[in-house]
Amino acid sequence: MSDITRADVCAAAIADAFAEDGEIFGSPMGMLPMLGVRLAKLTANPDLVISDGESLFLAGVPPLFAKGDVVEGWIPFRRVFDVVAYGKRHVMMGATQVDRHGNQNISAIGDFAQPKRQLLGSRGAPGNTVNNRTSYWVPRHSPRVFVESVDIVSGVGPNRAAQAGAGASKYNDIHRLVSNLGVFDMTGAGGTMRLRSVHPGVTVDEVIAATGFELDIPAEVPTSREPTFEELVIIREMLDPKGLRFREVPEPEQASS
Amino acid sequence: MSRKPRDKRMSIEEVIGSLESGMTIGIGGWGPRRKPMALVRALYNSDLTDLTIVSWGGADVGLLARAGKIRKLVYAFVSLDSVPLEPNFQRARQEKSIPEVVELDEGMFQTGLKAAAERLPFLPMRAGLGSDVLVNNQWIKTVTSPYADADGAYEDLVAVPALKLDAALVHLNRADMHGNASYLGPDPYFDDLFAMAAERTYLSVEQITDTAGLTVDTPVQRLLLNRMMVTGVVETPNGAHFTNCVPDYERDERFQKAYAKAAGGDDAEWQAFHDRFLAGDEAAYQAAVQAFGEEAAK
Repeated sequence: MSDITRADVCAAAIADAFAEDGEIFGSPMGMLPMLGVRLAKLTANPDLVISDGESLFLAGVPPLFAKGDVVEGWIPFRRVFDVVAYGKRHVMMGATQVDRHGNQNISAIGDFAQPKRQLLGSRGAPGNTVNNRTSYWVPRHSPRVFVESVDIVSGVGPNRAAQAGAGASKYNDIHRLVSNLGVFDMTGAGGTMRLRSVHPGVTVDEVIAATGFELDIPAEVPTSREPTFEELVIIREMLDPKGLRFREVPEPEQASS
Repeated sequence: MSRKPRDKRMSIEEVIGSLESGMTIGIGGWGPRRKPMALVRALYNSDLTDLTIVSWGGADVGLLARAGKIRKLVYAFVSLDSVPLEPNFQRARQEKSIPEVVELDEGMFQTGLKAAAERLPFLPMRAGLGSDVLVNNQWIKTVTSPYADADGAYEDLVAVPALKLDAALVHLNRADMHGNASYLGPDPYFDDLFAMAAERTYLSVEQITDTAGLTVDTPVQRLLLNRMMVTGVVETPNGAHFTNCVPDYERDERFQKAYAKAAGGDDAEWQAFHDRFLAGDEAAYQAAVQAFGEEAAK
């Protein structure tokens, strides 16, 4: 298929982040993460446990935002906290800011005492990052998101976790960051962020220009894989027939030509 | 002499009248879900001040912040979900009109309530370690495990302080006059913990039934609160509006949008919203909401 979109590539990259998780709770925050997690469950990792984002574990894999599927378990908020501590969970959160050490901010921009812009609050990020596998999704990669140092540390990166001691670092596992431009992990020098792949149509220089800190760039940067025919059918016919994913990742003007 | 437990039915006004300025008040529910909004609206209109509010926040926090009721806010987030950022809360933070804020991780919040419910000074957990939650709250300490882990290390953990409450406000679907209460939606949230962390708990419900009515069509596991935990019961139909209270009703998204628009607008827009919906008592609010719904449906 020649009409593979950037959103489809992102969905496959997110699915890959959950491919080897086995039988744990895949917990997506946001639309593309939800799409990617469900794609993973229908392809590489059928053992993955998914929820309706509210209080039910779903036995089936419904389309985005659909209701009324077969229920296989109960996961009210109090039990989400239980699973966080239990560790059998991989959450993919958003990030208003993220830095080269994999620290994430969803709390506020500016000074905490009187922020320039108050955001959600730290939500579960501090607990997630020292308890269970955590990945991030950034739909609009820019130097405002990828900053040298986040204003407020909500999600804890590997260095900060190590400094806080074994209690924090033991289960700290910042797995992947997927953006609309590429895929990243924390295996760069000194546990910093490394460029893992660039999406088809994106150059390494574009990624560098859109990133406000020095990325670890390997000598050879692969291109993110294109979704398979099967994956494209699942995304387009089953999970997102309405094309909701394009609201989060619009097709770049140049990329398809 | 009555051989029955006490009748705890109260009015909204009696609940608010029993509270005092300076109190620490926990508000149940979660974000824009099953919040005791009738009681919150009465707090908003009361002359109580200097409150410490403890909440996984939604419009409850937004309204009380807008009214200048909050001296100290303990929260992990404040969100309306479909409107991610609560405009009144955002404004209050950016203008620094809440003198003291304690931002916790969501799970720390539960652990703090659990510690209070168990009358412990703290409970240990990992959440918070390495994050700015501990930087911005220097009073929250860590504690070293007295037990070595498998590698022989003695882990430092967060000693999450007990979140003790003077009063808790919660909203459930049904209760009897004695304070036994059930939730009928899919999530109990943490209303039992709020109740047990508090000196006094005021419960509003969609419907007060007789005690037998609580289990006649509902599994006994849905009885979240028992009367030992409850000080007063208020029947407030549609009392969680505009948050949800399933299966009785879903969130009123249209109204929430109007609230968010007014809260994010200029002072005149907020004043108009206040005058139309919030200036009167609960009956006036419900009538104004009904008129709003009928208008919007045209």
